[in-house]
Amino acid sequence: MDGKILQFDGSWEGLLTAIFEVFEYRIDPKAVIDGRHVQINLFEPRHLVTTVEAKAARVRNGLLEKVGLQGIRELYHVYLSELETAPLLIVKTALYYFAQQHQNGQLNYGHNEVLAVKQIVKSVLRERHRMKAFVRFQLLQDGLYVALIEPDFNVLPLIRKHFKERYADQRWLIYDVKRHYGLYYDLQDATEVTFGEGHDISQHSISIGANQQEDMYSDLWKRYFKSVNIPERKNTKLHLQHVPRRYWRYLNEKEGF
Amino acid sequence: MSDRIKEKLEILADAAKFDVSCSSSGSNRQNKNKGLGNTGAGICHTYTEDGRCVSLLKILLTNHCIYDCAYCVSRRSNDVKRAAFTVQEVVDLTMNFYRRNYIEGLFLSSGIFKDSDYTMERLVLIAQKLRKEHNFNGYIHLKTIPGASNALIHEAGLYADRLSINLEIPTEEGLKLLAPDKNRSAMIEPMSYLKNQIAQTKEEKKIFKSTPTFVPAGQSTQMIIGASGETDQQIIHAAQYFYRKFFLKRVYYSGYIPISYDQRLPAIGSAVPTVRENRLYQSDWLMRFYGFQANELVNGEHPLLDLDIDPKLSWALRNLDKFPVDIQQADYRLILRVPGIGVASAQKIVAARKFGALGLDNLQKLGVAVNRAKYFICCKGYQQLHSDKRAEVLKAYILASSKSKFSTSDNGQLRLF
Repeated sequence: MDGKILQFDGSWEGLLTAIFEVFEYRIDPKAVIDGRHVQINLFEPRHLVTTVEAKAARVRNGLLEKVGLQGIRELYHVYLSELETAPLLIVKTALYYFAQQHQNGQLNYGHNEVLAVKQIVKSVLRERHRMKAFVRFQLLQDGLYVALIEPDFNVLPLIRKHFKERYADQRWLIYDVKRHYGLYYDLQDATEVTFGEGHDISQHSISIGANQQEDMYSDLWKRYFKSVNIPERKNTKLHLQHVPRRYWRYLNEKEGF
Repeated sequence: MSDRIKEKLEILADAAKFDVSCSSSGSNRQNKNKGLGNTGAGICHTYTEDGRCVSLLKILLTNHCIYDCAYCVSRRSNDVKRAAFTVQEVVDLTMNFYRRNYIEGLFLSSGIFKDSDYTMERLVLIAQKLRKEHNFNGYIHLKTIPGASNALIHEAGLYADRLSINLEIPTEEGLKLLAPDKNRSAMIEPMSYLKNQIAQTKEEKKIFKSTPTFVPAGQSTQMIIGASGETDQQIIHAAQYFYRKFFLKRVYYSGYIPISYDQRLPAIGSAVPTVRENRLYQSDWLMRFYGFQANELVNGEHPLLDLDIDPKLSWALRNLDKFPVDIQQADYRLILRVPGIGVASAQKIVAARKFGALGLDNLQKLGVAVNRAKYFICCKGYQQLHSDKRAEVLKAYILASSKSKFSTSDNGQLRLF
């Protein structure tokens, strides 16, 4: 049987539905594509997946039985990587998990797809960790703490809990400039927010609304950063390994470097 | 006001930077009643240009000090700018840095002014204010001031996540020479007191869940390397002693940075022993996570660590009779001892081999440094061919096939001759 292309709506539930339909229609998946990013090509036969919550739930439960919450979480992280290869990898890995007689197929580090999943998960988790570290809040006049980020992967959903628990007594907004959405915490809940077309926030708009103490603390932080450095031990390679240049834009202590 | 605070921060951060500890992990303080902050796995919020992590606001309360320890930049006789923070200034800095996600918390140390108790009291007061008045649940690391009363140290333990006291000089003779005002027992006493209190709290917590936490991230210490002519054997055995005797969470090794013209110390301008420091940390990891004993790494016959290869490889080359290790069959603890296999790869190997035999290509893909490991293992489709070779030959093979992170500077020096 020749491989077939599956097209889904780009959502996580949609992808789980696709896995269900691979079984339902006995499809051999050749490619899994995100419908939001493809142009219509009428000549390629494709299977259109319509997201159905009940199907997604059955796949979720099936995976839960085979690989547990941790195994599902790994696949979800691969989904958040937004890599072009991610949807097909997730479908194929899920098929492998279901084909196993036993549980814990996610521990087979000798299997190519499982290993590929692990490697992407590692990158996504590293990016999540970096965003926990590199978010720099700036205080506005109205008491809101704002930070702009531009992560390689879509990690906002993965840092929500961390920031909500840590900064429980201040209102904050973390905004993903690349993906045009943010998380806003109103002292109760942290929810996704978007701004209307043409109303994106920028460093410029933050500076205009900044609290009068903001400059002082930012300056103190920069001075602190300089003072703790030990010039006798300078190690640029190590420094760049930990703080790659692409993150500098949003780190106030690296301003002017 | 703000200009003076800027200057103070520069002076007192600069004076604190020689304390290398910046860990903020190991505690599990939750955010209570919608306060500010929590602690967990530890986050490095930025890195200095020398590549060290910046996790905490690491400052001295003051660099005024009544002691005159030769290796210390804040020693009484040193001609440096002096400054002191007020309690409120430290609290404000901590809160405002934390709210902006610059830091995980505060690491507060101090020169000793007036006397030990007076100094310790102020450190405790700051921690108390942060916890009680500001509902701050971020990480707090305080220095235990040698000679402070047990009552004060106990109070510090109620607010702090970690307490530390730096041995600084690994040997008692070295300490006598370089810090005549200090003595070893005054450092060990509080360490021992805290060890007992921590153990007692743990016991009480089993019975009463409401027992307040007490130094949940434990104690740590630091030794300066290369200031007093000590051997690696002395350092590593001292570290093992303190890990075992006082259950320290960490021992830090700080390559001495020449800051004085004192004849007793390496001259200003001499290189910081960073490679040696790195080898000591590797040995420390081998003791804490790989099941090695100090005397396996350094002993009377080998008092110094090899600088050109890591201590695990060095051990393996001295113990070739223990190899090859069979990847498919061997116990986890033996796999851990193979050069080129770390904790993560060893765990993956043990998990993956249940699904089928692993070959060299599998090992490579799951993260093993095969260029080193291949001399010490056998696995599916691979029988190591060098078992008859002498250690020096294997070492030469491995060095030729790998590029050390230190190699560029080494080559540069060799080319001169």
